[in-house]
Amino acid sequence: MATQQTRSLARFMMAPSVVLLLVWMIVPLAFTLWFSFQQYNPLNPIRDGFIGFSNYALFYSNPAFLQSILNTLAIVGSVLLITVIGGILLALLIDQPIWGQGIVRILVISPFFVMPPVAALVWKNMIMHPQYGVFADIARFFGGQPIDWFGQYPLTAIIIIVAWQWLPFATLILLTSLQSLDGEQKEAAEMDGAGFVSRFIYLTLPHMSRAITVVILIQTIFLLSVYAEILVTTNGGPGYASTNLPFLVYQKALLEFKIGQASAGGIIAVILANIVAFFAMRAVGKNLDK
Amino acid sequence: MARAVSTRHKTIATAAAWIVALLVFFPILYTIITSFKSEQEAIQGFNLFPSGTTESYIAVEAQNGYFKFFLNSVFLAVGSTILALLVAIPAAWSMAFSPGKWTKDILMWMLSTKMMPAVAVLFPIYLIFRDTGLLDSRIGLMIMLMLINLPIVVWMLYTYFREIPGEILEAARMDGASLWKEIVYVLTPMAVPGIASTMLLNIILAWNEAFWTIRLTTTEAAPLTAFISSFSSPQGLFWAKLSAASTLAIAPILIMGWFSQKQLVRGLTFGAVK
Repeated sequence: MATQQTRSLARFMMAPSVVLLLVWMIVPLAFTLWFSFQQYNPLNPIRDGFIGFSNYALFYSNPAFLQSILNTLAIVGSVLLITVIGGILLALLIDQPIWGQGIVRILVISPFFVMPPVAALVWKNMIMHPQYGVFADIARFFGGQPIDWFGQYPLTAIIIIVAWQWLPFATLILLTSLQSLDGEQKEAAEMDGAGFVSRFIYLTLPHMSRAITVVILIQTIFLLSVYAEILVTTNGGPGYASTNLPFLVYQKALLEFKIGQASAGGIIAVILANIVAFFAMRAVGKNLDK
Repeated sequence: MARAVSTRHKTIATAAAWIVALLVFFPILYTIITSFKSEQEAIQGFNLFPSGTTESYIAVEAQNGYFKFFLNSVFLAVGSTILALLVAIPAAWSMAFSPGKWTKDILMWMLSTKMMPAVAVLFPIYLIFRDTGLLDSRIGLMIMLMLINLPIVVWMLYTYFREIPGEILEAARMDGASLWKEIVYVLTPMAVPGIASTMLLNIILAWNEAFWTIRLTTTEAAPLTAFISSFSSPQGLFWAKLSAASTLAIAPILIMGWFSQKQLVRGLTFGAVK
């Protein structure tokens, strides 16, 4: 019963959201694109104006660029691996009939609600600190030498922190999916003599495949732009050892004021995110049709 | 056949699950414990039993002015959420109840804006904020957080609204209910749970947002994310104080989070996993 009147009313109701998001997306991005072709430094009065792809060339030839791309991929890849495998195992464990399942769920999900700077600082000072951290206490207890995590293995340390933050998310989503698995199917498989492993491979895993896809896609979006965890722990160092692409862009823009190069880096980040988004949208879009 | 689970199996599974859960929770637990230690105690090695002093909490307020940051966090998280709801409810509403040819594409496009990396627009936004005097202002940051979370809010509301049966609306219309009556007496009661869930999740996301809240503030509008980041350079003996500050920063949202597990799954997977 969609009359002309309700149609236009619908459009009118949608307009604020659409216009706001359109402006918020296009205006700044247009600025960035424009800056990426300009010689622009707020500290330097000399402006050469349009300089073509020089900013991109400069950004590419910076040795930090390759390192930051590799670090970005290392963070995304490692955290995905840890959280998806860990999440499946944890979800399977919690899904068992256990006492106090509600409390176990609450404990496991908690790290997700910890704001990134707190998570990073707690791990840096309470857990991984080479003198006063819990890891150092454990190492000394066993007569070992405490590890200087942020000095020697900065990227690994950051991966551990970020994985800790996202493991709850993966677990919760996979657990939700696991619990929607038809109990009768499980019983039928059991009666047919399927063991735990074959039940997992032929029944549980296919059932969870969609949830796993969703976890991977959503986490990738967030993991591509890890920022606060790096800022409060290593500040990208030592050298560029733990600098990812967002952090490099931030450094160029707000610390070195090389706006042109930072913008070129930002555009590269957009392209990277778009490649991921393309696959993400397809997966989520399929769900809409149902 | 009721599945008989052996007590032995259940005991082992329970023990394993609890051990893993406590390990995952341990950093938070240890932070809370350390916050009740004195600075001397905090660095004297592993110890799960604090003396129970609250001196660190007092110091966090007295030396660092915790409360102002806390108020900013509350203002920003709640304010941006209400603002987002005001803009998103009509949109989600019309998309759920009178979907057009483009509804699906608009929804997908909205989602895609969420995937734009923040750094790509850092400098333009910074310039716009600076030139309009919005830098370090609560209003500016509130609008920013609203825009960031708007796609998720529209999506979540949409998935909830879509579950409200449209026939009820038509029945109300047949009975001669005006649009206003329809909204107040029929739709609102059915929509409230979905709106409440959306609000809860969005407050959590806004509270924990740690890119724009750090970069666009200095002192006046700085929320707890910026407050905590100021502890990133060690300040002598500060372990107990850091723990107290961290506990205060996460406690409200942690408790809210415990109540929002279900909505979290739904909201963050855009309805793909329920």
